[in-house]
Amino acid sequence: MVDAAVDVKIAVRDFSVRYGAIEALRSATFDIRLKEILGIIGPANSGKTSLLKSLNRMNETDPAFRHTGTILLDGQDLYRDLGAQQVRRRIGIVFAMPLPLPISIHDNVTYGPRMKGEQDKRSLDELAERSLRDASLWDEVKDRLNLPAMKLSGGQQQRLCIARTLAMRPEVILFDEPCSGLDPISTATVEETMVRLKEQYTMVLVTNNTKQAARVSDRVAFLLMGELVELDRTAVIFTAPSDRRTDDYVTGRFG
Amino acid sequence: MPSRLGVAGLSSPGIEGSRMPLETSGASQPWRRALRMQRLAMAGLFLMNLMAVLPAILVIGMIVFRGLGGLSWNFLTTMPSQGMRAGGILPAIVGTLELVGLTTIFALPMGVLSAIYLTEYARENILTRIVRLAIVNLAGVPSVVYGLFGLGLFVVFCRFGTSLLAGALTLAIMILPVIITASEEALRSVPKSFRDVSLSLGASRWQTIRHAVLPFAIPGIMTGTILGIGRAAGETAPILFTVAAFYLPRLPKSLFDQAMVLPYHLYVISTQIPNIPETQRYGTALVLLLLVLSMNMLAVVLRARFRRKRQW
Repeated sequence: MVDAAVDVKIAVRDFSVRYGAIEALRSATFDIRLKEILGIIGPANSGKTSLLKSLNRMNETDPAFRHTGTILLDGQDLYRDLGAQQVRRRIGIVFAMPLPLPISIHDNVTYGPRMKGEQDKRSLDELAERSLRDASLWDEVKDRLNLPAMKLSGGQQQRLCIARTLAMRPEVILFDEPCSGLDPISTATVEETMVRLKEQYTMVLVTNNTKQAARVSDRVAFLLMGELVELDRTAVIFTAPSDRRTDDYVTGRFG
Repeated sequence: MPSRLGVAGLSSPGIEGSRMPLETSGASQPWRRALRMQRLAMAGLFLMNLMAVLPAILVIGMIVFRGLGGLSWNFLTTMPSQGMRAGGILPAIVGTLELVGLTTIFALPMGVLSAIYLTEYARENILTRIVRLAIVNLAGVPSVVYGLFGLGLFVVFCRFGTSLLAGALTLAIMILPVIITASEEALRSVPKSFRDVSLSLGASRWQTIRHAVLPFAIPGIMTGTILGIGRAAGETAPILFTVAAFYLPRLPKSLFDQAMVLPYHLYVISTQIPNIPETQRYGTALVLLLLVLSMNMLAVVLRARFRRKRQW
């Protein structure tokens, strides 16, 4: 699973997560490569989201969170060498539910840069436009940027959240089941957006939908009860997995 | 205790029977019995409700009825004269407004910041639990105790004398628990996801509170604060020793001046001075009532408006 021949963006080494007495992730070791989409699949409670949130320290909002092991971003330890704010600016996340703040579309998109200290209106406007274009939302909202974001449909809200993450100009984007609340057409739009973004960003996609993982991922990791069972190219995982449990899961025999 | 319950149980069929004689024929049917019980309970609940509203209507009605005659532009805008037996109540109105304004200036920032600390920063441990317990207990302290406390601390120890400053600080301490509790509730009602989103976009904790939490808690904080201030405006005991002047027919000029205030003025002209025309007393009561009621109404309207506008 550890491969030195390609560019490694994030290296997870022997990483475990606990919430109080509950072990959510057991000693995971794998690499996330530069500009790939890594899918993470597995049944409920398999540790997918715990793993994902560990990648940008969003786990720390839970006071019971404890971890061991290391995660390296370009060789720097996320938990030792970098501050949580730095990490989150470089590794953005899109949550499962569309969560716009109850402010305008424009203010949602520019939230991150504004918090970083950007005040110039012109460059914020440009950034908003570029981010909304990249998230395939610009044409639908360009005339009503000052409208409350809550007025948008669910699919539009989720693309707004993607745009908001893009506006941070992150290096890595984490997706936590980004389509779980969306209809099939919105899902397709979000997936197309992700595939297009691959040219610029490294992405990690947690999904309950194995077909979605098959459609968009370059490689897929299978988690089961906090254990990383297998990680391989998407085609291998779905046609010739080496572990029996992976085979059972992707063919729908459980989970 | 059991005997009392027995008596109540015995007497209730009698009441039912006497009130609904037409339905006794079907008393053997259980559903009819249940229906009757339900009607009885509803009637009882309605009656209790009425009894809760009635005093409010009576008090307001009586004071409006008797006070309206005393109310005039002159009454509101002139100094009292002839030992408060004539003239207006301007200094008491101004004193009350100034006192209430100062109280807000002292209590609001302290209350809101405490609430922010308690909800956003403090970890759940023994210390925060003690702080919470203290706040709950502060809310239950009788207001006259606050008055004595203010006298001891601000008037005597801090040497502010009997002054607007001492009174406002005393009232601020009294309504602090109200503001903290209301603010805490308002902050907690902002979804956790707002904080997560803000943090995930690289905002600091303070930025998150400032931009993703506080703006959406402000309506609740305002409502709670106005209610607290409304209470403070009508209190007599805490201002008795700290600010209130018996008879001072001029407006306060500095923080260290004494001032006339409506509740105490009302007490004085109702009990301390003979031969005061009734219109003076009820006019003053009406002004105080209108002041407090309008604050409460403002809080209710604000709350309703923000609830309608709320989008999450």
